[in-house]
Amino acid sequence: MPKKTEAEMTWKDIEVGCIVTEPGNAAQYKTGAWRSQRPTYTFSRCIKCGICQMYCPEGCITQNKEGFFEANLDYCKGCGICAKECPTRVINMVEEEE
Amino acid sequence: MAKRKGIEVSIALSDAVKLTNADVIAAYPITPQTHIVEHLAELVANGELDAAFIPVESEHSAMSACLGSSATGARTFTATAGQGLELMHEVLYVASSMRLPIVMAVANRALSGPLSVWGDHSDVMAVRDTGWIQIFVENGQEAIDHTICAFRIAEDNRVLLPVMVHLDGFHLTHMIEPVTLPEEEDVSRFLPPNRYPLPLDPVKPVAMGDFAPPVIYTEAKWAQEINLRNSKSIILEVWREFEKAFGRKYLPVEHYRSEDAKTLIMTMGSFSETASLAVDSLRQKGESVGQIKLRLWRPFPFKELRDAVKNADTLVILDRALSYGGPGGPVCTEIRAALYNEAKKPKIVSFVGGMGGRDISVAGFEQIITQGMEIARKGSPNEYEIFGVRE
Ligand code: SF4
Ligand code: SF4
Repeated sequence: MPKKTEAEMTWKDIEVGCIVTEPGNAAQYKTGAWRSQRPTYTFSRCIKCGICQMYCPEGCITQNKEGFFEANLDYCKGCGICAKECPTRVINMVEEEE
Repeated sequence: MAKRKGIEVSIALSDAVKLTNADVIAAYPITPQTHIVEHLAELVANGELDAAFIPVESEHSAMSACLGSSATGARTFTATAGQGLELMHEVLYVASSMRLPIVMAVANRALSGPLSVWGDHSDVMAVRDTGWIQIFVENGQEAIDHTICAFRIAEDNRVLLPVMVHLDGFHLTHMIEPVTLPEEEDVSRFLPPNRYPLPLDPVKPVAMGDFAPPVIYTEAKWAQEINLRNSKSIILEVWREFEKAFGRKYLPVEHYRSEDAKTLIMTMGSFSETASLAVDSLRQKGESVGQIKLRLWRPFPFKELRDAVKNADTLVILDRALSYGGPGGPVCTEIRAALYNEAKKPKIVSFVGGMGGRDISVAGFEQIITQGMEIARKGSPNEYEIFGVRE
């Protein structure tokens, strides 16, 4: 049976005590929706050290095809920690448009 | 054969917990519950009960430790009273929504202020809506029996809800009464091992106590509510099984000489026995009086209550707690609501008394009942009557 999303679940589908029995379902929440700033990149300065990835509290930074480290904006909360920690100032935080 | 002996009710209740072979007890001492946890600590220290006793720094921690322990599938017990129950308050909701079968004895105590260590039901009423199964007991034997039943009810996989056993502080906890402690092997036969379906287990990890956004919160709460309501049939089943095994019968609404009575007095807890004596006395004087006692407070026994009062003209209810600025005693208010749409229902008179450890004697109950009958005839300007206050 394909797994129901939360919006499809009825009260009968809920596990006893709302226990979550499968890992990873938090990925369903697009927690980046309420971000007020987002990271932008000048990859020409990037030395691919991965420090931004280590520091990101959301674990949302992965390497793209070219090997540059980039945030998944579905989950990035715009905290700016990556920009602060990047040794070569690749990352610049900009305001989200209204 | 189990022997009858005279013993303090708190000690008897702890011995009952020992008979259930509880795995974890996390508790903080507070009057008038102290003897219960003291005795349990002793039993554990002496090696008579193979359990972990967690001496926590507060009741909030006690209940939090109980959550963790119960979540591993351990049989978990705690006890508290009054302010301690209030300090646990927010965690009580978590226990019921996480469906953890914790059993807790509450030595009912008045809430401060003014500071009072003595008994009434203000602590019970403040936790009415926490989602726990709640049972009132009236004497030492019931304290033992319902502690044992509480584990079987709570841990039944069709229920999985925490249970409070309410016993009146001092009036019951500190009485020495003749009781029969069941034999250990009989309790083991009656009470199967705790089998929590999804315990914390490194081999099969689960996440507990997660958050629920608006899209799922209502469904989660409804699942919990349906479960609590449905638990009633299992509670009754467990009490029937208990009767078969131990010969003592318990009902959600207990009766005393009520079948043909025109006037009923309704009570909860240890004052019930005194009220029964008042019923006897008024019967002797030719009054048509009987008594009902509320044993099961949550889930509320609507059907049994309606059946119990349908032939009476007057129902006098004694609450031992106030709802400040409200319509009367909290129990009375619920019973009024439960009967409002019934075609045939008695007149209801609300009394509040016995607060903060104040005794009500047999003569006092006679006065409550006769005054109640008069109010039913003539009416009263008051939402409720306060009993025994000095004007
Ligand atoms: S702004 Fe914060 S959340 Fe977004 S990628 Fe950078 S460190 Fe991660
Ligand atoms: S910290 Fe800066 S330089 Fe290092 S990988 Fe991230 S963006 Fe590139």
